[in-house]
Formats: sequence, C-alpha cells, structure tokens
Amino acid sequence: MVLKAFFPTCCASADSGLLVGRWVPEQSSAVVLAVVHFPFIPIQVKELLAQVQQASQVGVTVLGTWCHRRQEPEESLGHFLEGLGAIFSHKPWFQLCRERGSKSWSCKATHWQGPTSHAASGEDQVMLIFYDQRKVLLSQLHPPAVLPDRQAGDTTASAGGLAAVFDTVARSEALFQSDRFDEGPVRLSHWQSEGVEASILVELAKWAAGPVCLLLACLLSLVSAASACRVFKLWPLSFIWSKLSTCEQLRHRLEQLTLIFSTRKAKNPAQLMRKANMLVSVLLDVALGLMLLSWLHRKDLIGQLADALIPVADHVAEELQHLLQWLMGAPAGLKMNRALDQVLGRFFLYHIHLWISYIHLMSPFIERILWHVGLSACLGLTVALSILSDIIALLTFHIYCFYVYGARLYCLKIHGLSSLWRLFRGKKWNVLRQRVDSCSYDLDQLFIGTLLFTILVFLLPTTALYYLVFTLLRLLVVTVQGLIHLLVDLINSLPLYSLGLRLCRPYRLAAGVKFRVLEHETGRPLRLLMQINPLPYSRVVHTYRLPTCGCHPKHSWGSLCRKLFFGELIYPWRQRGDKQD
Amino acid sequence: MEDEQSFSDICGGRLALQRRCYSPSCLEFCLSCPRITLRSLTAVTCTVWLAAYGLFTLCENSMILSAAIFITLLGLLGYLHFVKIDHETLLIIDSLGIQMTSSYASGKESTTFIEMGEVKDVVINEAIYMQKVIYYLCILLKDPVEPHGISQVVPLFQGGRRQDHLCIQQKVSLGDGGILASSGRQKVKDTFNFFNLMFSG
Repeated sequence: MVLKAFFPTCCASADSGLLVGRWVPEQSSAVVLAVVHFPFIPIQVKELLAQVQQASQVGVTVLGTWCHRRQEPEESLGHFLEGLGAIFSHKPWFQLCRERGSKSWSCKATHWQGPTSHAASGEDQVMLIFYDQRKVLLSQLHPPAVLPDRQAGDTTASAGGLAAVFDTVARSEALFQSDRFDEGPVRLSHWQSEGVEASILVELAKWAAGPVCLLLACLLSLVSAASACRVFKLWPLSFIWSKLSTCEQLRHRLEQLTLIFSTRKAKNPAQLMRKANMLVSVLLDVALGLMLLSWLHRKDLIGQLADALIPVADHVAEELQHLLQWLMGAPAGLKMNRALDQVLGRFFLYHIHLWISYIHLMSPFIERILWHVGLSACLGLTVALSILSDIIALLTFHIYCFYVYGARLYCLKIHGLSSLWRLFRGKKWNVLRQRVDSCSYDLDQLFIGTLLFTILVFLLPTTALYYLVFTLLRLLVVTVQGLIHLLVDLINSLPLYSLGLRLCRPYRLAAGVKFRVLEHETGRPLRLLMQINPLPYSRVVHTYRLPTCGCHPKHSWGSLCRKLFFGELIYPWRQRGDKQD
Repeated sequence: MEDEQSFSDICGGRLALQRRCYSPSCLEFCLSCPRITLRSLTAVTCTVWLAAYGLFTLCENSMILSAAIFITLLGLLGYLHFVKIDHETLLIIDSLGIQMTSSYASGKESTTFIEMGEVKDVVINEAIYMQKVIYYLCILLKDPVEPHGISQVVPLFQGGRRQDHLCIQQKVSLGDGGILASSGRQKVKDTFNFFNLMFSG
C-alpha cells in the first residue's frame, strides 16, 4: 500500500526540524500537524506531545524529520537527522526533504528493524499530499461523519477515510495555541505560528453575550408566562387564537427567540448553525418590517389605505350583488328551477346587505385599527404579512359564508343522490359491515325513492351552479392567502447565515475534497494538493432549512379535486392542519 | 507518459481519450468532447430568429423580436454553463480515491471525489437508449449501514452517454461485461488495476 503523508502548506517554508503529527495505521497515512524546530531537548518535546495528547485525545507523535536545504547540502545535518530516528522511534520513520529549488522534494519512509541494524531497513513508496491547515481546521464536512460510538463519549477518533484527517486537525487545536513569540521550551511551526488569530470584536461580543442572553431570556420567559395565562385559554378565545395566522406567527417567533437567547450552549455545530440562522432570519425580518413601517408612514399611506378600504369593500359587495342577480335570471342561457333559484338568491342578497351594514358600522374605526396594525410591522415583516392575511380573511368573510352554504347544500344533494341511486339498483349501504349489500325494497319504498331521486336530479343544476360560482370565488381568496403564507414561510425558513457563509467563506461548508496533481518529476514522490470542495447552494438550503410553523399542503391535486367534487369544505393551509388535529 | 486514443460517441462525434500516468499509483484519463461548431450555433440562432420574425409578421408586435433575442442569449448562456461539457477528467489515485471532474464550456468545473473505501465495485452497465443498447461504466458505492448493499450507482463520463464504443471494445477484450473488479480484500488494488487495464488498449 502506498504511504500517504498529509503535509500543511504553511510548513513548506519552515526551517528544518521534526515532523509532529498523527499516524493512522488503517489507511497507512500520516497527518503532519506541525514542525518542531532546532534546538530542542527531546524530553521537553515528549512532554509537550503528552500534554497535547491528553488535551485533544489524538495520538500525536513524532513522525520523522523535516529538512529544508536553503544552501548547499550539509552532510553533517543529514547524519544528525538520521540519528534522531533512534531517539524518537516510530514506524515508519519519515524523512521529508525539500531542496533549494522550491519544486524538488524527496520523501523516504523507512521501517527500522532495530536500533542497530540500519542495513536491514525497507523503504516504501510515499505520496505527498499538501493541505491548507487553516481551511481544513475550520471546515465542516457534510454529511458529518459522526459514528454512534463517538457520540456516546468515546473520544478516540473513529471516523474513516479523509474524515479522519479533518477530525485530527480539528481536534489538535491545543497544538496550535503557541506562536513564535512565546517563550516556551519548544518552538513550533504551524498555521498560526506567526501570531494567534483572534478578533477584538469577537472577544467583546463573547463577553457581552452572556449577560445580554440572560436578560433577554428573563424578558422572554415573562412574555411566554403572560401568554400562557389561563384567561387566554377559555373556549371562544382559544378557538379564535387557533384560527388567526398572526397568533401562529407570533408563537413561532417567540419559540425562536427563546431558543436563540437560551443560555444553554449549543452542543454541536449543526445546532450552532441553526441558532445563527434563526438569529439572522429574525434580524432580517425585523429590518424588512421597519422598512415597511417607515415607507408606510413617510407618505401617510395608512390614511389613504383606510380611505380606500371602504369603497373597495362596497365595490366587492356590489359586484357580488350583480353576480347574484345574474344567477337569479338565466345565467349563460341555462334554465334553472325558478323557485329554488329565487330562494337562494334572496337569501344570499340578504347576507350581503347584512355585511355592508356591518362594514359601514365599522368604518369610523378602520383608520385607527390600521394604524395600530401598521405598528406591528416593527415585530417583523412576517407578522405584518400574517395580519394582512387575517384582514383578507375577515373582509372576505361573506364569500366564505356563501361558499359554506353552497357546499353544504351541494354535499347534501350529492349524498342523497348517491344513496337513492343505490336504491334504484336494489342495493343499500351496510353501515355495520362498511360495504354495499343487496336489499329487496317494497313497491312503496321504491316509488318514494324514485320520486325523491327525480326531484333531486332536477334541482341539482341550480345548486351546482351556485356552488361552482362561490367555490371559484373562495379558491381565489385561498390562493391569495396561500401566496402570502408561502412568502412568510420563505422568510421563516431560509437559512441566510449558512448561505452567506457559503458565499463568503466557501471552505467552511465542505462537501468533500478535490485533488490537484502538482508538477511532477520522475524519481520524486507524487505531490498532490488537497482543496476543499464547497457544498452546492441547493444542498446548503436543504441541510440547514429552518422548520416553519405553517403546515404544508397535505392534499395532492387529485384529492383536492375529489373534495371539491363531493362538496367537502376546503380550508387554507393553516386551518387545515388544525382541522385534522 | 501520455498516449491518446480516439473514439466516437453515440451520435457519431469524435472523442479523444488521453491517458496520463503521473506515477505508478496515479492515473488520469481525460475525455475531450467535440467543441461547439460555428455552423450549429448559426443554424440554431437563425432558426429561432426566423421563427420570431414569422410570428412578428403575423402579430405585428415588436415584443416578440426582443423576446427572441433574450431567449437566444439566455439559452446560449445556460447551454454553455450547464449542458455543454468541454472535457471530463477521471483521476485515480491508488488507495486514496477516484476523482471525477467535468469542465463545462463556460469554465465551470464540478468535481466529485469518491474515497476508495466507499467503492464497492466498478461495473459496465447496459442501458437502452432510443433504439439501441449502450454500455457505460459506473461505480457502485457501498451502503454505510448495510455492508453488502449498494447505496448509489455513479456513472462515469456521463457528459452524454458517449463512451459506448469505448466500452464495447473493452467488453470484447475483457469478456462478458459483468462485474469486472473482484470483491474481497484485494479490491482496492483491483479497482486501480482495473482502470489501468481497461484503458491501456
């Protein structure tokens, strides 16, 4: 098997010294983590490695020697480096060497048979793989290679393949803590040996985060305690809360904020990412809401809206009246049952009359209501959109009522017709066995059944027409509400932080690695450059999508059409979920 | 160490297969696809624009003409960026893995790396395309949960089922196109050797 040596690119210009890293025997690969420089005392190096091993639970050892020849080759150094193999025994012992020209490297892996018999050593073929230590340290592989035994607390590295390399680099952070300005006994060269990477802002934010989170968590717990008060759980109120999408959205936001400001630390990177995504989503939502608010207030749009609302409602009602009058005549040249047509039409007309008077009763308060509703936009755009959806639902309540009446009548007729059709064929529905049985009817029963069937059949077109027209109107309203809910769900669920990370720091979210063959000379070991393959955007969205409060449509188009045909009531998405509970 | 062979794809276009051997443990195959020709580009553009002009004379709405220009431009961009593959590279590194790179005509590169530990087998598959049977190479990936199962089938050189002739030749020389790389302990070595043997001609 070919030996693989993973070598950090930052160490390529380091002075000669010892290679420190981890040997993975299953894959016969050596992960070099740092270079220890001369002069050093072997005992102190061993002590340092033992400390790192204890802190990181990674078997860090001395793997071999590193020789960087800047001037002409020195014979004495070569012998000295070979002699080091006797002090730090490791199988195989790597001897990595870089010549003066930057492109010629040599690498030897020797299996020492014993400390004295140098002649009996065997050499293996070695492949050099360069990796960017910083990127590998910070990147996160997808899907995470976490095996069940590691979650249980077993901290020895158990990830397979290249995940082992990522894991090793990520866990030996203790080795990278010292830079070259430290007065330690051992001088190391690694990715942050020029100075430890840190930011004052990040440190300040870390200090401030604790108290701020505590304060906000207290406030949030007060709010949630108030909302859980028993007064709100009484029958009519709880029913109303469950039907209003604004309440759903507010509850969802409260849950999110509680999770964000909880003082418990995130257990794994996925949870941390989820928290960050939520925070960014809430911030963006509030920012959009504030923009909407300022836009509404700058041009006094609320007043204009309130002025326009009543005429629009009047206009809608007028159009509906025209529609009903058209239906009461001979719509599209159809001849309806005149008596039933008149009854239904008058009933609906009376309803519209009621509705208009109700709207006019409310008209003096509408501007004030809208102003307060506009203020809620500072809670976020999603809340404002949910309120808009609720207002649409309230203003089109008459359409909903017509739809329900029409659907109920139609449903009744369809059911009556289907059972009478069974009677026609000499069958009946057996409720106990849940099947259709044959049955012998009397003459009287058959006569009455046939009579009723005929009446129902002739009255069906009138009812069906009313049902059709009002269902179409209802579907229009449901579509508008559905679109608003889609927008709300989009804002709620989009993982903006992950997307930003993918855009600005593509190596942070890794789908895997890719290799590039570096310039090759015959007789020298093969050199590969390992780069990080970023996660595609579609998978970022798929992996980190936030859960939404809205229930997704549970019906296929087929079942929706079936429901419409049989006159069962359909609801917009949110209420549909409640209904099924 | 390089050698080049040429094959023809399903539609009869010429394909060039380059084999590069960096070291005994690292092989690279590069399949270059035919480039986009000026003739076909002109033909498609002219067809779209003539159709748009025909519609324009019927409806007398100049929106159609501008729409045709946009459709042509966007279609060309999309074709170059997402469909037209310039060359495909297969890099096989012994005991490390198999890397597949597709370079699109716009310069976009998409890379997939499969570790040797995940490879269960390399097989030649048969598929029915239009009215004929074609053969293509694919890699079977191990299922991490079930050791004997196959989690995924990854076709190689899929930038247009274009290596049928290549595989047919090999099928004749390697016998029945069934499972070629044997399973078992020596498989890693065998997968590498398989590619070495397969394309050596």
